[in-house]
Amino acid sequence: MTAATLTQAQIEERRRTRRTRRALLAPALIIIVAISVLPLGITFVYSFLKPGTYGGVIWEFSTDAYVQFLFERDIFDGTLQFNDSYLTIFMRSIGLAFGATVGALILGFPTAYFIATKPREQRNLWLFLITLPFWTNLLIRTYAMLLILRDEGMINLTLMGVGVIEKPLSILYTDTAVFIGLIYTYLPFMVLPLYASLEKLDFRLVEAGYDLYANRWRVLRHIITPVAKPGIIAGCILVFIPGLGAYITPALLGGGKKLMIGNMIAIQFGSSRNWPFGSAAALILMALVVIALLIYARAAGKGARAHG
Amino acid sequence: MSSRPAHADHQAQDRRNTISARSLVKTFGHGETRVTALDNIDVDIRENEFFTLLGPSGCGKTTLLRLIAGFELPTGGTIELEGKDITALPPHLRPVNTVFQNYALFPHMTVAENVGFGLKMLGKPSGDIDARVKKMLSLVQLEAMANRRTDQLSGGQQQRVALARALAPAPKVLLLDEPLAALDLKLRKNMQLELKSLQHETGITFVFVTHDQEEALTMSDRIAVMRDGAILQIGSPKDIYDRPTHRFVADFIGDINIFEGTVESTEGNQAKVRLRDGETVLARMPEAGTSAGSCALAVRPESLRIAGPGEAAALEGTLENVVYMGAAHNLHLRLGSGEELVVRHGGSTEGIDLSPGAQLGVVIAPGGARVLA
Ligand SMILES: Nc1ncnc2c1ncn2[C@@H]1O[C@H](COP(=O)(O)OP(=O)(O)OP(=O)(O)O)[C@@H](O)[C@H]1O
Ligand SMILES: [Mg+2]
Repeated sequence: MTAATLTQAQIEERRRTRRTRRALLAPALIIIVAISVLPLGITFVYSFLKPGTYGGVIWEFSTDAYVQFLFERDIFDGTLQFNDSYLTIFMRSIGLAFGATVGALILGFPTAYFIATKPREQRNLWLFLITLPFWTNLLIRTYAMLLILRDEGMINLTLMGVGVIEKPLSILYTDTAVFIGLIYTYLPFMVLPLYASLEKLDFRLVEAGYDLYANRWRVLRHIITPVAKPGIIAGCILVFIPGLGAYITPALLGGGKKLMIGNMIAIQFGSSRNWPFGSAAALILMALVVIALLIYARAAGKGARAHG
Repeated sequence: MSSRPAHADHQAQDRRNTISARSLVKTFGHGETRVTALDNIDVDIRENEFFTLLGPSGCGKTTLLRLIAGFELPTGGTIELEGKDITALPPHLRPVNTVFQNYALFPHMTVAENVGFGLKMLGKPSGDIDARVKKMLSLVQLEAMANRRTDQLSGGQQQRVALARALAPAPKVLLLDEPLAALDLKLRKNMQLELKSLQHETGITFVFVTHDQEEALTMSDRIAVMRDGAILQIGSPKDIYDRPTHRFVADFIGDINIFEGTVESTEGNQAKVRLRDGETVLARMPEAGTSAGSCALAVRPESLRIAGPGEAAALEGTLENVVYMGAAHNLHLRLGSGEELVVRHGGSTEGIDLSPGAQLGVVIAPGGARVLA
């Protein structure tokens, strides 16, 4: 009898915890639906509709948006011709984002290592300095970069003053400017996860490496890098993905001439008034990112299993 | 490699020095926070010997080891390896390997990759590496574990991997920083024997750090006893145990009774020492030879026994406590001077009054008492 009542009480108890859990999860679920699933659904639906003349959409099913990504319809006979201009923008975006990721890694790794090897009480100060740029709006920071990079900017004036160059280098409104801007913007996203994994690194492993005849580079390659791998991957993802969709940096530093995906999509919703195509481009971008992440997860999973 | 006879001490004198440190000084920090970890150390470690650094926590054992490995640069002095000055050589260029206290195994490598790492860095062909790794793993009886990850091993197994990894490149010197500290007692005893036999088999010079005096006594060819960054005495375990030159050494190694006394007269290396309770005792003088005056007298508990009936006792005391030790009894006596005396009484206690408060006479074995420097 006692057992039966106990079970009854337990069932009641369990039901109550389940209810509480659902209640506690509700706000998070609502937010996820509201800011992620819903907009994505709208984007998905819009990408299969026809553009309205003054923006917006006409509720008629069409795959034109996706076709338009690779082909151009001849205005006269309506035949499809291959058109690589959007593909080029995609490729350039991927190239720039990739370059910025590598650049941020090269700059971020020594920075994170430097902070991780500082005495514990100094590290917070350094981390604070790394995150300091976030205190200012990205738009303003990018304008500041513009002032630094332009022909009469700090870089050119310094180089000319020292006598390294005679004419100013035209950096602004080139891929180089976008590249520099991307690195500058996303560097903290590289440094922070790298720091998190390097901070956990047992420096006795580094000593063990030196002890076993590895020089600095080999210690870096065979011991520090593998141990910091989760941080490297997280940092690369955190730089590459937002870098790929960057909008402000290419808009300002590329001067509107050097478009990236983000700008192209923005134009579709703005002056081009082609919402379905903008939606389709956004979804293609997302699909690419997801596919890249899946390929990576596959490879990483295999690597881990091979080791285990 | 050859078996070592009992008179190894004398042979050892002729052996070449593997490590010679001269006037070695190491300080950390500046100004008020400045710490002198090593204070003018001179030490010669001979070829193929099991050399132990023994001392209390913070005496500088690890620091000396790290200087030999090259992880730290000395503030002053020189270190030679087989006659070559290596003071400024970085660690990866020294033929010296370390077994770290926490093992420091590479977590992203298998057992075999860990063991082969040093050889790989030395640029050995992979065929040679595989063969050597196999040999090393069989030496530490871990062949079956070659492809395991290191976090899937027990503490004792990790310890052996660390050992195999450090031995694989056949270094001139193997440095071991309290490698057994994390193991439980039984495993520890086993590993002590294994280490000792490994050292015999490989013929590599071992420099071993411990603060466990028993471990030092059972394993070492020679022991350096350290305190506050200085080496107080270097000698064979027997030297250190039987002929401690410092009160600290005598106290640190094994159980010992130490009394205050005054040297009344000396004859050869024998001295007549008057204790505080008025009795006189014959004791050996240290080699250095202190002059008459107040001194410290040391007697090991096992050099003492309870006087039989009618036997002349050197000391007398009141029995306070009896501790059964298995093979012997430790009798704690209080002398007339108030000082405590521990007698390790082997054999039978029959015929001895072991009730608390009993008055017992104590006999000192010939040569059992010594005056400390
Ligand atoms: N990196 C360092 N910075 C400052 N002081 C240090 C440093 N390393 C060691 N010391 C100091 O030097 C002294 C000797 O330290 P060491 O680690 O050599 O002692 P140890 O004999 O190995 O002690 P233990 O048995 O506790 O390991 C200690 O007082 C220690 O505080
Ligand atoms: Mg230590």
